[in-house]
Amino acid sequence: MKVDLERTILRPKVIIYLAIIVVLLFLPRFLSTFNLILFEYGLTFAIVALGFNLLFGYTGLLSFGHGAYFTAGAYGVAMMAKYFPELYSMEILIPGALFVSFIMSAIFGFLCVRHTKIFFAILALALSMLVYALVFKFYHITGGSDGLYVKIPRMFGMTFEGVRRPQFLSGVYYYFLLSIFVLTCITMKGIVNSPFGKALQAVRDNEIRAELIGIRVRRYRLYAFILSGMFTGLGGALWTFINGQVTPDVSHWVFSGEIVYMTLLGGFAIFEGPIIGAIIFTFLKLYAMGSTEYWMFIIGATLIILVLLLPTGIAGGVKSLTDIIRGKRLFSGGASHVNR
Amino acid sequence: MLTVDHLKKYFGDVKAVDDVSLEIKGGEIVSLVGSNGAGKTTLVNLISGYLMPDSGRIVFDDSNITYASMYKRIKMGIGRSFQIMSLFDNATVLDNVRIPLFSRYEMIRKGLLPADRYTDIKNEAFDILDLFSISDKDYLSPKDLSEGDGKVLDVAIAFSLKSKLLLLDEPTSGVATGDKFNVMDTIVSALRNENISAIVIEHDMDIVADYSDRVLAMHEGKIIAEGKPNEIMQDRNVRSILFGIGEQNVSGN
Amino acid sequence: MWPIYILNGFYFSALIFLISLGLNIILGVMGILNLAHGSLYAIGAFMAAWAIIALGKGTPISLIYASLISGAILAALFGLFMEYFLIRPMYKRALEYQLLITFGTLLLLEDVIKMIWGGEAYYASRPFDVLGKVHILGNPYPAYFLLVMIVTLLIGLLVWVFMAKTKVGIMLRAISLDREMATALGLNIHKLSTFAFVLGAALAGLAGALIVPTTAALLGFGMEPLILAFIVVVVGGLGSLKGALVGSLIVGQTRSIGIVVFPEIELALLFLIAAVILVAKPEGLFGR
Repeated sequence: MKVDLERTILRPKVIIYLAIIVVLLFLPRFLSTFNLILFEYGLTFAIVALGFNLLFGYTGLLSFGHGAYFTAGAYGVAMMAKYFPELYSMEILIPGALFVSFIMSAIFGFLCVRHTKIFFAILALALSMLVYALVFKFYHITGGSDGLYVKIPRMFGMTFEGVRRPQFLSGVYYYFLLSIFVLTCITMKGIVNSPFGKALQAVRDNEIRAELIGIRVRRYRLYAFILSGMFTGLGGALWTFINGQVTPDVSHWVFSGEIVYMTLLGGFAIFEGPIIGAIIFTFLKLYAMGSTEYWMFIIGATLIILVLLLPTGIAGGVKSLTDIIRGKRLFSGGASHVNR
Repeated sequence: MLTVDHLKKYFGDVKAVDDVSLEIKGGEIVSLVGSNGAGKTTLVNLISGYLMPDSGRIVFDDSNITYASMYKRIKMGIGRSFQIMSLFDNATVLDNVRIPLFSRYEMIRKGLLPADRYTDIKNEAFDILDLFSISDKDYLSPKDLSEGDGKVLDVAIAFSLKSKLLLLDEPTSGVATGDKFNVMDTIVSALRNENISAIVIEHDMDIVADYSDRVLAMHEGKIIAEGKPNEIMQDRNVRSILFGIGEQNVSGN
Repeated sequence: MWPIYILNGFYFSALIFLISLGLNIILGVMGILNLAHGSLYAIGAFMAAWAIIALGKGTPISLIYASLISGAILAALFGLFMEYFLIRPMYKRALEYQLLITFGTLLLLEDVIKMIWGGEAYYASRPFDVLGKVHILGNPYPAYFLLVMIVTLLIGLLVWVFMAKTKVGIMLRAISLDREMATALGLNIHKLSTFAFVLGAALAGLAGALIVPTTAALLGFGMEPLILAFIVVVVGGLGSLKGALVGSLIVGQTRSIGIVVFPEIELALLFLIAAVILVAKPEGLFGR
């Protein structure tokens, strides 16, 4: 039997993670406020992408409609700010965002998981466009195309009246966001490594056989969908505090497409892939928008190149490279889907 | 433990299963033979719950399961493997067996710890792989297995559900002739070890002769002969239908 | 006023039908959901508008109408390019990759449209103005809308005949029913798929060209028709031409009546109807 390193805390991977966390703790000292805030955007999308990938990479369902759950979290927070200012503190907002995205993903998920592949993709997309339409139509509540402004909430007893947003973001909020991010990673890793996570992968790989070994495929797809939506909503809420404003375009399916893109960019077959993809995409998009008015062309072209040449994404490419260097056997054939 | 009573399944004019009755005792390995289209796979589908019969009864372990859902039958102990290998290609060989175990022990909803922490299940998975002689391949991908090992794994997956009755659809098809006996040796010894019954659809008569307790021969939806392997081999009806040997066949020409 | 609303419903249905027909042909024959379909529609619109403007005021009206076809042609060319370079390499890959490539193409094309035609709105209303109004049950009604409906009906019939009676059409249907079998029978899948894609693109482009005399061509205006086409496909059933027709009728009428009766939520109403249909029949009305 192989030696089980699982119990050893001092595994190389864990050491690397701890080192990264230490670096991240000191990041505000190295980065300019501008870049730090950009990085924070990246972190919120990392949470979103991790949530998305639970459904895509691990369960095998591609949704072009995750913007809907992002919207649930984001608008949930924004509407709290507008209509329930007395409740506008982080301890209520985060559970609130999770709750709203839970409801939405439960309802939409129930409709969607009865179908597969193409039908599923269309339905998920269409439902998010429904949200988009509703946000516009009910403009007296949602602010319509202008959206809603979101001021800095109270946090754990602290108020930030008079504090300017960049100051808030490079101080308390950064550490708060970082802790939520780490918590998300730990939770997601737990989900993915649990028997439930393994069952999801079985469903992804061979739906028929999964059913034949007693796995309730539709039910577990729904659970995955809901968990996925909740993480995405959490990311949406956290994003809102950085952005200071929500607008309807976060529920447009092209925005959902960006979530898919960043997951693919980082690599959907590796746990850390979406994190890497989200952060790189955030910087990439800003750079593209800054250097040309045809930034959609750049994003579109890079997506096509990615799909054609590097479907396993950056993390996947790096992994293949290190595998070759280490002389390990590669799994046979194209995109290895084994999630570690 | 399994009783099938006057089972019928028609697809329009085609009488896929035409008034079939049979009985399987605990620990028996019964081969199901017949030419293509005789109704073997349909019969297996009816027993596993993939199809529902038009009339007749199926009783398993004293329960009437004629119209029970596939899910229910799996939980009751009827497992199935496939003619075309149906594995979890992106999981390790160990996980291919571990996941059915998780399902069987209802851990998928309740298990909150990382899968590896459940050492009992992990050990049981290793034991199963050992039983099927593929434990040295535990962390490989199923894509890297030989055809024979792959088929063995396919059966192991069904086995992991602690089925009392396994329905095996051509377990040696696609396996190189030299390996067929090894594969069957492995599978049958695992089954005997746990006293599991099996219905095996098989075309290779040598395999049938060596490994079956009993043989059922089907033709055009009916069971035309039943008995010990050598009896069936000598039966003239069976021989003429399966091998085209002899002057007489069922339609009487 | 009701006959007018219903007529408008048919007008919407006609346009959505052309778009969803193309989408469904591509989906049925190639199994690909073309997320860039709305961009092909937009390309058709911009091309037609540009052609009409370029031809100028003095040009005879017949030529103006003929130039609408240019929209379909350019969309077809883009479709050809797309299929050959981007989609064909994806045949053997998983479905998800195909979706992603069409999504990447959508982003690409949106900016390509901007690069070619800039960011302003293109108006070309002459084909609409020239026909004036007819009187239906005492109400004035734009004749151009009737023309669109007739043209769409004709095209629908043509496609139906083509699919049912011609050799190529039958081959396309064979592929959509059972791809493996079709390959085994020796059909040239590659050529036929290209043909299907180009046909689908041409239909989308034509729809765009037909709408341009009534609406300005704007950046991003291919998005909404795309969503409506998706709803048609979902409601009517994947790959079903009959489904595209019935689905378009449902969508068009709901839209038209909905705008009048429930102006706030007519899109939500549409989704509600679609959801009800899907709950009752998950494969869509005529789906397999």
